[in-house]
Amino acid sequence: MLEIKNLHVEVEGKKILNGLNLTVNPGEVAAIMGPNGSGKSTLSYVIAGKDDYDVTDGEILIDGENILDKDPEERAAAGIFLAFQYPVEIPGVATMTFLKASLNAQRRARGESDMSTPDFMRVVREAAAKLEVDPDMLKRPLNVGFSGGEKKRMEILQMALLSPRYGILDETDSGLDIDALRIVAGGVNALRAENRGFLVITHYQRLLDYIKPDVVHIMSRGQIVKTGSADLALELEKNGYRDYVADAA
Amino acid sequence: MTAEITRINTAAESKLIELFGAAKGGVYSGASLDREAAFARFAKSGLPHRRIEAWHYTDLRSILRDAYAPTVAPTEDTVALARTRLAEMHVEGTRVVILDGYFQAELSSNLEQPGVSTRSLIDVLGGGPSGVIDRLAVSALEAQESVLSLNAAFMQGGAVVSVAPGAVVETPIELLFLTSGQRAGAVTTRSLVEVGSGASAIVVERHEALGSAPSQSNHALILSVYDKASLHHVTMSSGAEAATQTVASIIANLGADANLVSFALVTGFGFVRRQGFLTFNGAHAKGDLRGISLLDHQGHADTTLVVTHKATHCESRELFKHILDDEATGVFQGKVIVAPGAQKTDGKMMSRAIFLADGATMYNKPELEIFADDVVCGHGATAGFLNEEQLFYLRARGIPEKEAQALLLEAFAAEAIEGVGTDAIREVLTESVGRWLRQRQD
Ligand SMILES: Nc1ncnc2c1ncn2[C@@H]1O[C@H](COP(=O)(O)OP(=O)(O)O)[C@@H](O)[C@H]1O
Ligand SMILES: [Mg+2]
Repeated sequence: MLEIKNLHVEVEGKKILNGLNLTVNPGEVAAIMGPNGSGKSTLSYVIAGKDDYDVTDGEILIDGENILDKDPEERAAAGIFLAFQYPVEIPGVATMTFLKASLNAQRRARGESDMSTPDFMRVVREAAAKLEVDPDMLKRPLNVGFSGGEKKRMEILQMALLSPRYGILDETDSGLDIDALRIVAGGVNALRAENRGFLVITHYQRLLDYIKPDVVHIMSRGQIVKTGSADLALELEKNGYRDYVADAA
Repeated sequence: MTAEITRINTAAESKLIELFGAAKGGVYSGASLDREAAFARFAKSGLPHRRIEAWHYTDLRSILRDAYAPTVAPTEDTVALARTRLAEMHVEGTRVVILDGYFQAELSSNLEQPGVSTRSLIDVLGGGPSGVIDRLAVSALEAQESVLSLNAAFMQGGAVVSVAPGAVVETPIELLFLTSGQRAGAVTTRSLVEVGSGASAIVVERHEALGSAPSQSNHALILSVYDKASLHHVTMSSGAEAATQTVASIIANLGADANLVSFALVTGFGFVRRQGFLTFNGAHAKGDLRGISLLDHQGHADTTLVVTHKATHCESRELFKHILDDEATGVFQGKVIVAPGAQKTDGKMMSRAIFLADGATMYNKPELEIFADDVVCGHGATAGFLNEEQLFYLRARGIPEKEAQALLLEAFAAEAIEGVGTDAIREVLTESVGRWLRQRQD
């Protein structure tokens, strides 16, 4: 279980998360919807361990263990995966080299041995084929010159390779055309499993047509202001965030 | 009334005077270079210091606390040590072994092979030909650089490698400088590589210490690349980590349509001053100077270059990368001079540094002196820490911090290795960079 309890986060003295509470159960897809600037990306970065943020109160627990003191790499090894809203370009590092380094780093952290190169090549090629990622792209520097859609597919490919326990998808749908959206959603759905939870952050109902959430949370001004079923997303699509933003004010 | 300014010798300078007095007429006699005159030139100006512009960031006068006595000629013991090491090394083409500064024909391999002829510096100085001796003398430069005068006064040995006009030598020619490192000593060498018209060659210069005694080295390497000839030169050091102080000068002259790529890998925590003097004497030549310096502790590496365009339509490139950890210091000074009439010169220099610690320092000083109007010259310099967004991205995928840094740093360094020498040489260079980065992780 991924639990976020009373999380308070500031950046440069500015409060961004104000006592946020949220639980993602294994096997569950939880959606977070909320207006721009409500703190969704901040939440995802804080879970992944980015250190630009001051956590002034609260806890983030995986199966009861607080991960706030852990480094990002330790959290990754513990099963956290963040699909970035803006995947970072890394010139000079071939995508393949990066994938191998991350997969083996996580294996080592779990006390497993490195995956052999032939095995690695096989799993990467299979994952790439499923996401319709051109194998030639894997030779190119990571994310450099990739289109928006290619970057997002690459994020999902990484998630597939690393098989995390909790996948956090920060606006993975933004900048995708309908075909890319279908491929990405298909990739996520293929990873749905009893022991794996997802936190799907999105602006639009559209993505949730493809990835059916079990629960929808509405976030505003750094808090979860409403929780409901998948229907809540449909209601938002009609009425917008007005009601919830006003409530929080 | 004019006041005579008298310079007070430092301890190291006084020691050098004493050492030269003890050595002259001894092992160094018989050569045609006037060592006394060279030493007199040195003694007049002394060691370079920070009030000399080219040495501003590397004050040799205060850095050199002591001067070591010249290393003695190889003995049975040091030769045996070298043989043990050489037995582990594979050799294909020409390999010149210079042990503790002394040319060692018996330890070398294939000194004569089709298109390549290699002789000992001391033999050439003693027997000519005079044209070669003139090129070895670099007298114009010596007048400005007291470390070259010092080099002339103390040089123990070196190699003169001649690649015949038109010869295409594919197997790299190796200049292997070994120091026995059993006790503190000073090594002084001078070598010349001449690549005849239309010829092409690759020279790999390797410096390796077989023991960890402190050393002081003063190396000079003269590269003459004639019309339409091509030379790739790579220098690197490996072996025991010792307290080393190195001054290395490269003097390169390019003819028309010539091509030179010269790359230097510097690693460790010693003191290194590398100075390069590249002159374009004929039109349409290309010169590409590169380097990677990987420094930690209180290491200090200075690369100072003077590139002089005397001919039209030449292209010069300088690309230097520094990775600086702990309290290390990097210096890059690049001066491009475009002489009157050297139209259509295309010169670019770039220096990039990455700090791995707050205590590290980089000095960048690019300079252009342009006396022609139809030229394209540019320079750039950057220094900063690794990109935090990139680091976080890698770590969020489970890659530990040091390994993530290493990935980014390898990518940073790789650009300077592109196109240098052969695949095998690039592999060795990449591997050396990787090794340095990995030892940081332990
Ligand atoms: N590193 C930062 N420095 C300053 N302000 C930040 C930083 N990160 C986020 N913010 C601010 O925090 C608020 C929430 O941002 P964000 O988490 O990106 O929201 P969302 O993803 O919901 O659009 C915004 O007002 C944003 O400007
Ligand atoms: Mg966002």
